[in-house]
Amino acid sequence: MPGKPLLMTFPVTATSHTLADYRARGGYATLAKALSSMQPGDITKEVSNAGLLGHGGAAFSAGRKWSVVNLNDGQPHYLCANADEGEPGTFKDRWILENAPHLLLESMLISSYALQVRNAFVYIRGEFDVPYQRLAAAIEEAYDAGYFGERILGSDFACDIVAYRGAGSYVCGEASGLLSSLEGKRGYPRNRPPRLTVQGLYKRPTVVNNVETLSNVAGIVANGAAWYKSFGTAKCPGTQLVSISGHICRPGVYEVEYGYPLAKFLYEDCGGMVDGRKVKALIPGGISTKVLTGAEVEGVTFDHQSLNAAGSSVGSGGMVAIGEGTCMVRLLQVMLRFYHHESCGQCTPCREGTGWMHRIIDRIVGGEGRVEDLDRLIDISRWNDGNTICGMGDAAGYATIGILAKFRDEFEYFIANKRSRFDGNLECRRSS
Amino acid sequence: MKHLIPEFDKLKARFPAGFESSLVLPCVRRIQEDRGYIDDSDIDGLVQYLKVPRIQIEEVLSYYTQFRRKPIGRWHLETCRNVSCSMCGAERLMAHLKGKLGIKPGETTPDGRITWTTAECLGSCGTAPVIVVNDKYHESMSVEKLDALLGGLD
Repeated sequence: MPGKPLLMTFPVTATSHTLADYRARGGYATLAKALSSMQPGDITKEVSNAGLLGHGGAAFSAGRKWSVVNLNDGQPHYLCANADEGEPGTFKDRWILENAPHLLLESMLISSYALQVRNAFVYIRGEFDVPYQRLAAAIEEAYDAGYFGERILGSDFACDIVAYRGAGSYVCGEASGLLSSLEGKRGYPRNRPPRLTVQGLYKRPTVVNNVETLSNVAGIVANGAAWYKSFGTAKCPGTQLVSISGHICRPGVYEVEYGYPLAKFLYEDCGGMVDGRKVKALIPGGISTKVLTGAEVEGVTFDHQSLNAAGSSVGSGGMVAIGEGTCMVRLLQVMLRFYHHESCGQCTPCREGTGWMHRIIDRIVGGEGRVEDLDRLIDISRWNDGNTICGMGDAAGYATIGILAKFRDEFEYFIANKRSRFDGNLECRRSS
Repeated sequence: MKHLIPEFDKLKARFPAGFESSLVLPCVRRIQEDRGYIDDSDIDGLVQYLKVPRIQIEEVLSYYTQFRRKPIGRWHLETCRNVSCSMCGAERLMAHLKGKLGIKPGETTPDGRITWTTAECLGSCGTAPVIVVNDKYHESMSVEKLDALLGGLD
């Protein structure tokens, strides 16, 4: 195991996701503690002091986000868990939804108490079938046991929860797009300000947190901020669920303690690369984070500071290991097709830019690339950056600039020779 | 959709007052599960039931990839072709499927049995490649497993 775990602390069995098993592990005791002996403000303070960061990709301080909500403003407040996990390469929240749904629910109850939320939501992507069934069953169990509804555990606290299913849209994973979708509309992201914690769902103060971020709240409230800070590094406390896939021997979800050596994680914990290949490139946290080369992986530790210093980021924890011999031109083609498909179309730079980049990469892969295409891809990426409502347009650019900065020679070779330099197992032809 | 209204009423009770607009997505999903697609009459029914503008429902239907306005085959196959699935053989599976079914993604077999579409990342990267059949995930797929899966479809 790559360091000490906070969440993956129990063996997964046929019943480990049920209420009975969760209670046997001490589940819902923290909710009782919070309701009986803590004020809402104490919980927010504990979460702030713990230094809990967002685990969905943006790494924003959860405590700072919560602190914006004015508990005495007389308005309804809403809490929404972001379970719209859709960043390619990411399947860590799926692990929580399938194996620890009650940990999420208990944490959401404690968070709802802290934020004085009467109605909480879990926005779960529409394609997730088993995770939704598990979550929905857990919600029913929790209602039957009196953890939701009126007068929870004999206190004055009341809270209801709805599991809300998306319907196939990457952009709904962006917090404001998510809330538009939760209002029953197209998942269009919104301009900030106002912040969602000021005007969110139906223009009311709303906290949107990633599933994993919220799932850490129960542990922090049970054991205290100092305990949480004993995990990870001084600057980057805690752990991150990492979902790893690609050309790796043991793909899956691992809980990595921040500060753990990245190369050790890849070669020891995950068993190294398929067929003993070398790491050509590593996408550290979802395809929207910049790739590292195999050489760059050495010496990096898995935490925000080290990955940022290496020019990338922890992102969503969706790691993709790319073996030697893989064609990066074709890999970028898959990525750009995805961004083009998922652009919601609101902002011109992203709507036109992602389509333009997709056409260029298709042209290159089709053997009709032009020398000026590579600079054009970079230009379009830069025109996107910072000029769109949400970060999706930026992300398409980061992925493109990241790959071109490190593997430009492969693209030049492809354009000059009208074919790939490699014969990797990424079998990606001109897309339809 | 009228026979689903008792179910919709129960759903509504779970939401706070004034959240009728939020019911568009769950109601559309339930209608599609029931009928297989969303008919013009369903939109009329929802406008009446939820008191939301018709354009909102039309916008939702044209925006989300999971919603459809036309019937599809009895079996809906979705193949993920994003990064991790492609790196684990999704392109090869798709070539095989194309040969077996004689159709391209987005099409239905002439006998109306199978509709095949592509999907973007479904969160099955660690068990790639994935093929979804009528919402059920079939993971770590191979050509052999795909043949067995197709053989089991009536």
